[in-house]
Amino acid sequence: MMAMDQTLGILFQFYQSLLVVLLAPLLTGWVSQCRAWLQNRTGPGLLQPYRTLRKLFHKDAVIAHNASPLFRITPYILFGCMWLAAAIIPIIAVDLPFSPAADVIALVGVFALARVFIALAAMDIGTAFGALGARREMLVSFLAEPALLMVLFTASLISQSTQLPRIVEALAHHQFVLYPSLAFAALAFVIVLLAENARIPVDNPGTHLELTMIHEAMILEYSARHLALIEWASSLKLFAYISLGIALFFPHGIAEVGAMVGNWGGALPLAITALLAKLVMAGAGLALLETLLAKMRIFRAPEFLGTAFLLAVLGLLIHFLLGA
Amino acid sequence: MPITHPNLRLTRLDGAIPVWLGEINPDDLPSICQNVQDGGGRLVALWGSDARELAGKSFALHVALVNEAGLICLSLALDAVQPVYPDISRIFPAASRMQRAAYDLLGIYAHEGHDHRKWVRHAAWHGGSFPLRKDFDAAQSRSPLSNSLPLAGERTNEKGNLEFSDEPDAYPFVQVEGQGVHEIPVGPVHAGTIEPGHFRFSVVGEKVLRLEERFGYTHKGIEKRFESLTLQQGVKLAGRVSGDSTVAYAWAYAMAAESIAAVTPPDRALWLRALFLERERIANHLGDLGYLGNDVALSFGFAQFWILKEQVLRNNAALFGHRYLMDKIIPGGVAVDLAEPGMQTLRDECAMLEHEARLLRGIYEEHAGVQDRFIGAGRVEPKLAAQLGLCGLAGRASAQAWDARVQFPCAPYDRLDVQMATYRNGDVAARVIVRFDELFESLRLQREILANLMQGAELARPIGKLPGNGFGIGMVEGWRGEVLVAIHTDAQGNLTRVHPHDPSWQNWPVLEHAVLGNIVPDFPLINKSFNLSYSGQDL
Repeated sequence: MMAMDQTLGILFQFYQSLLVVLLAPLLTGWVSQCRAWLQNRTGPGLLQPYRTLRKLFHKDAVIAHNASPLFRITPYILFGCMWLAAAIIPIIAVDLPFSPAADVIALVGVFALARVFIALAAMDIGTAFGALGARREMLVSFLAEPALLMVLFTASLISQSTQLPRIVEALAHHQFVLYPSLAFAALAFVIVLLAENARIPVDNPGTHLELTMIHEAMILEYSARHLALIEWASSLKLFAYISLGIALFFPHGIAEVGAMVGNWGGALPLAITALLAKLVMAGAGLALLETLLAKMRIFRAPEFLGTAFLLAVLGLLIHFLLGA
Repeated sequence: MPITHPNLRLTRLDGAIPVWLGEINPDDLPSICQNVQDGGGRLVALWGSDARELAGKSFALHVALVNEAGLICLSLALDAVQPVYPDISRIFPAASRMQRAAYDLLGIYAHEGHDHRKWVRHAAWHGGSFPLRKDFDAAQSRSPLSNSLPLAGERTNEKGNLEFSDEPDAYPFVQVEGQGVHEIPVGPVHAGTIEPGHFRFSVVGEKVLRLEERFGYTHKGIEKRFESLTLQQGVKLAGRVSGDSTVAYAWAYAMAAESIAAVTPPDRALWLRALFLERERIANHLGDLGYLGNDVALSFGFAQFWILKEQVLRNNAALFGHRYLMDKIIPGGVAVDLAEPGMQTLRDECAMLEHEARLLRGIYEEHAGVQDRFIGAGRVEPKLAAQLGLCGLAGRASAQAWDARVQFPCAPYDRLDVQMATYRNGDVAARVIVRFDELFESLRLQREILANLMQGAELARPIGKLPGNGFGIGMVEGWRGEVLVAIHTDAQGNLTRVHPHDPSWQNWPVLEHAVLGNIVPDFPLINKSFNLSYSGQDL
């Protein structure tokens, strides 16, 4: 039984990772398509991110003469980090073999590692925009990171564990309870998600105005396969964040591998259907937010993220005061 | 008489708008300019011409000033060997770039001017050769630089003791020094599809300490090209100086030609011209309002306004045969008529635009995020605006109440009672408000024009050839500001010098001031709120 569980687990881990890599651009495409619909535009279609990736992989890379090896390896590191992050998060099943290897703090660390490399690569060539983007990215992220940790701690306190599978199990598979502390944490998480994924109102992923860019300014010098990997990593990051949000705040439906043994018909299709439904809703919600909001002046971003931190701390306090 | 000065005799020029001409001595220029400035007037244009072929004539400098009475055009005869004139950039700061361009193109220069760097010249021709001189040899001016001129360093100019750089494209930007100050060079190639221009920011952190603009990347030799065109070909070129203002340029050109030929176009043609001009304003204001939404990442506003703009352009194409109304105004009249079904289309369009734009205005004004970005960004105080001669739409947003349609109404504006939109705050929000107000006013004017459109089969009184040695000037309030076209003819009546002048000449330098103290990521928004022309002033 144990051996079978393990084989199944590895199989599941493999499938989930593959699924995430393949599905992530579709989610990005869905968000863009929803935005287009909300603005009375036809939109480029759900598959546009895949077309962009194919186009970029077919191009020859142009790299500045003074680029160091760091500049070349960063896209791979970035892609690897985001893929790893997506593998840690329980997306369709909880007790996967990878999950115990890293807890939520390590997850935040993986995101931070990717950020350090992209910021260094941005400054590597020495263009004004790279440094500008890196500087702004650090301004945003040094405020977003603690807020994210606070959100994760709130969830950890409820489940008495920093392991994501334990958190999901505690929140989803015990009796149904509403946690007020998690409501605050969820609000904070949405703000962090917007900031960390370079979405409106903090950054504008669709802009051509180089002086206003944050994330885009850092990757202006990248082209072809490097750019494709970075774009793909951005899709993965958005996917990972949304999955994390689902795992923390709407975990109902995520399967346990153990439960699937002898019950193929029930748990897996349910888990996948639930996941897809949640992703569709989350993508549409993100598009709606982005359509309603305008981009804020960059120095408002600290206040915005300060609010996220405050909400997350409130969540923690409520947990201690009410025990819920 | 618009102004009085002991050494100035003005003569009134025939034409649609009040223009006075005066020949003056170079020495009197500063005092006359000061006189106009003290009276609340400002500089509209400055250009030079080469009349050395005519007996007893040489280079000439022309300065167009405006005050509430009308346009005052001063002409100064300059020396053929040492064509210098007194600097007026101390009185009108906007003159500085015009003076620099006049040197690059014609080799006439301002004595004691404080900025002698080149302006429109990049590496396309040598520092010592001047394209607008009649004896200019294009072939020679493009020979490899190393053969004829030293490559590096400043050198003394053969015309005087002034120093101009002759490096291929060395341009000494003003350096800002201090702890933590660094430069951000932006352009001329941008991430989006906009015209080329270079912006050199000196910043500390995100705060802008200084912005210096460098243009001339779209210099096409328009003024030189005019010299070899006929009057009829010229109007096509005039309509392409700045594509978004094609109606204003074509009308100003036609006005100047009609002034020389003493022809008055038929009434119906004039009313149709006004219709075209207002439609150009409507289309551009709609487009800009969309772009301003886009620049604060409110793509919803962008999409909505551009749907409306597209509708205006499609109606233009269906009714008049061109989306931007190019080549519809010709010297002597217009080239296209409007029939009754078309008038109904325009009335319906007006009603639709009015309704939609009011809804969108409500959304912009009540959107906290949008207003937070608009209010206070890129502020130009009225005092500064007056000092620097800010004009047109941007000027009206900083309480500079100039609108040629109101102050110098040529037919049919004399019968339309245009309401000028002004605002005092001078920030991005003010420029948005002025755009909205002008949009609704233009819609009202369009309805009025449609209701009063003169009947008549005659659309143009053709002008074959202009009289010899003529000079005419036309000024039209385009959507961006006043567009001026001056035409000089030679003894045979051919075009010998045509100067199209865009309001962007006056307004670009003000942008350098508007952005001071703002943060770098707000610059695109501030820039867009001015939306100035590169092509129109690079020529």
